[in-house]
Amino acid sequence: MEKEMYEVRFHGRGGQGAVTAATILADAAFREGKDVQAFPIFGVERRGAPVAAFMRMDTKPIDLKTQIYEPDSVVILDPTLLDVIDVTKGLKEGGKIIINSSKKATEFKFGKAKVYTIDATKIAMKYGLGAKTNPIVNTAILGAYSKAVGNVGIEAIEEAIGEKVPRKKEENKKAAREAYEETRGK
Amino acid sequence: MVKITIRGNMATALGAKLSRPDVVPAYPITPSTLFPEKISEYIADGEMDAEMIRVESEHSAMSACIGASACGARVCTASASQGISLMSEMMFIAAGMRLPVVMAVGNRALAAPINIWCDHQDTISQRDTGWLQFYAEKNQEGLDLMIIAFKVCEDKRVLLPGMVGIDAFVLTHTLEAVDVPDQKLVDEFLPKYKPELYLDPSKPMTFGSFGTPEFYQEFKYAQVKAIEKASEVIDEVFAEFKKKFGREYKKIVPYKCEDADVIILTMGSMSGTARAAVNKMREKGKKVGCCKLTVYRPFPGKEIVDLTKNAKVIAVLDRDISPGFGGALYGEVAAQFINTSEHPLITDYIIGLGGRDVLIEDFEEIYDKSIETVKKGRVEKPVEWIHLNQEVL
Amino acid sequence: MVKITLGAINEIAGSSKNYKTGNWRTLKPIIDKEKCKKCWICYKFCPEGCIKKTDDGPVTDYDYCKGCGICANECPFKAIQMVMEER
Repeated sequence: MEKEMYEVRFHGRGGQGAVTAATILADAAFREGKDVQAFPIFGVERRGAPVAAFMRMDTKPIDLKTQIYEPDSVVILDPTLLDVIDVTKGLKEGGKIIINSSKKATEFKFGKAKVYTIDATKIAMKYGLGAKTNPIVNTAILGAYSKAVGNVGIEAIEEAIGEKVPRKKEENKKAAREAYEETRGK
Repeated sequence: MVKITIRGNMATALGAKLSRPDVVPAYPITPSTLFPEKISEYIADGEMDAEMIRVESEHSAMSACIGASACGARVCTASASQGISLMSEMMFIAAGMRLPVVMAVGNRALAAPINIWCDHQDTISQRDTGWLQFYAEKNQEGLDLMIIAFKVCEDKRVLLPGMVGIDAFVLTHTLEAVDVPDQKLVDEFLPKYKPELYLDPSKPMTFGSFGTPEFYQEFKYAQVKAIEKASEVIDEVFAEFKKKFGREYKKIVPYKCEDADVIILTMGSMSGTARAAVNKMREKGKKVGCCKLTVYRPFPGKEIVDLTKNAKVIAVLDRDISPGFGGALYGEVAAQFINTSEHPLITDYIIGLGGRDVLIEDFEEIYDKSIETVKKGRVEKPVEWIHLNQEVL
Repeated sequence: MVKITLGAINEIAGSSKNYKTGNWRTLKPIIDKEKCKKCWICYKFCPEGCIKKTDDGPVTDYDYCKGCGICANECPFKAIQMVMEER
């Protein structure tokens, strides 16, 4: 039987939209009838500094108010973070890692974790999301999450984008859908 | 009723908006900043008909609240931590002048050292101001308690200010699903505030006049009687809220306490984790229950005694500390039993100060310590700090 | 017996008139009508508002004058003397 509570950690840099990614994913899961929580790493955010955000969902009402230490999957918005922090920290055995990268999933090795890659930067730039120097990849990477993990549908993610993204709603939805189609794992 | 996902600060701001305040004087402070931001957004978007006063400090914010409330306006504000400390002087005055101001709080630690994270020190240290105090476990409670606070505070038998605390970050910055009550139902539940006496240039009168020694004690006595009366009014308002909106509130909310040897008392967001911990321990056959206090002032002493008198140990969790004594809640719970010959052993655990996460393992540790206490039959260390890192001391 | 009110509200406007403060005085201002030029500076400076304007010049209301001496200090013509109150 599938475990009911599911926890996700997002890694990004301040300004890349990791917190919004957690928010959108939570809202999407909520639309599919789950109880949800989404929160940033508690503290002060600085543009460009490594940040983390979290999402917790459950089929039952969530009582737990702790932070997330052992996520079921990890989403990495910025591949340069792989050299800086241990993104697998606390990841459950058999957990999934979704990386924004132009490389193939087979080029990464993180123990028993299943790796999925998507060139979310390319997709974000194609749809004009964020500035050219700082593309916002959070909606594209959620398309990849939906494909890789499969516990939140792409339609719900598109609906949540419509609710939580302030600008370029349609472009963001398309980016998520395109990433969903293109995501590959090993 | 619509269900949406929002952060805690948005939940209290939405609760305020649904309550239709006339005036909102506020000075932003982490982690409550989103509250005044949302209120000004609502006003700018034409969704809310209120006067927002941007003041130069929290002391001024509370002063403006007092002035506006004395004029008969429904008033709310938001603050946290040092901001509440700066308001303190005016908070006593709001209560003494019997003005039903409502404040949303993002419960945050006090400096020094500077810290923006969660504990209850900011509001616990204001417990003697005469304000009603509500503590939310989740964003839904934050929203509902704002509406409830206005109704209780404005009741003619009460007429006192009140605050609703939501934990810094754990709630203020966390997105959760929230049922948004229908505006029409809120309007029926909470009609316009109509005080009998208010400042009006066409009928001048004096507010906050001198209280000489021959009358001051009587003024204080009347004020204390009003907050005691609030205990009854809160029960009535909770019942009416349930009838109208379907959600049940109680001053204290027990969980699996009927046959419990150990009862853990909590306030705020850690109450949810406490239930999860109790479920886990119950699976292993441990007779443990937990109980959260939604209302801290007026203090629900009788309810706590009725619930816990047959337990072996009451483990009180304080996310605050009165240096040189122990936790505030511990002292108050213990005081309830002082004149009874037989009562449970009572222990205090200082936990989660300055944003230290409160974990399921912490509750397990507290249960184990409580069972040790039962075996010994006496309390050796009344006040203990949980999760204390001895290595850095 | 006077009853206390909610929040110490006093509903009676101008009730402070009932509390005569003239007996707080040690020194009493005496206006010399010969020297007075009716410039009304004393009238403007009196913190208690107890100097009245009349056709005859300024008149002190001794029921409320606390004897602070500001009027005497401000008078440019030295027309006001503070003298010991006789009781």
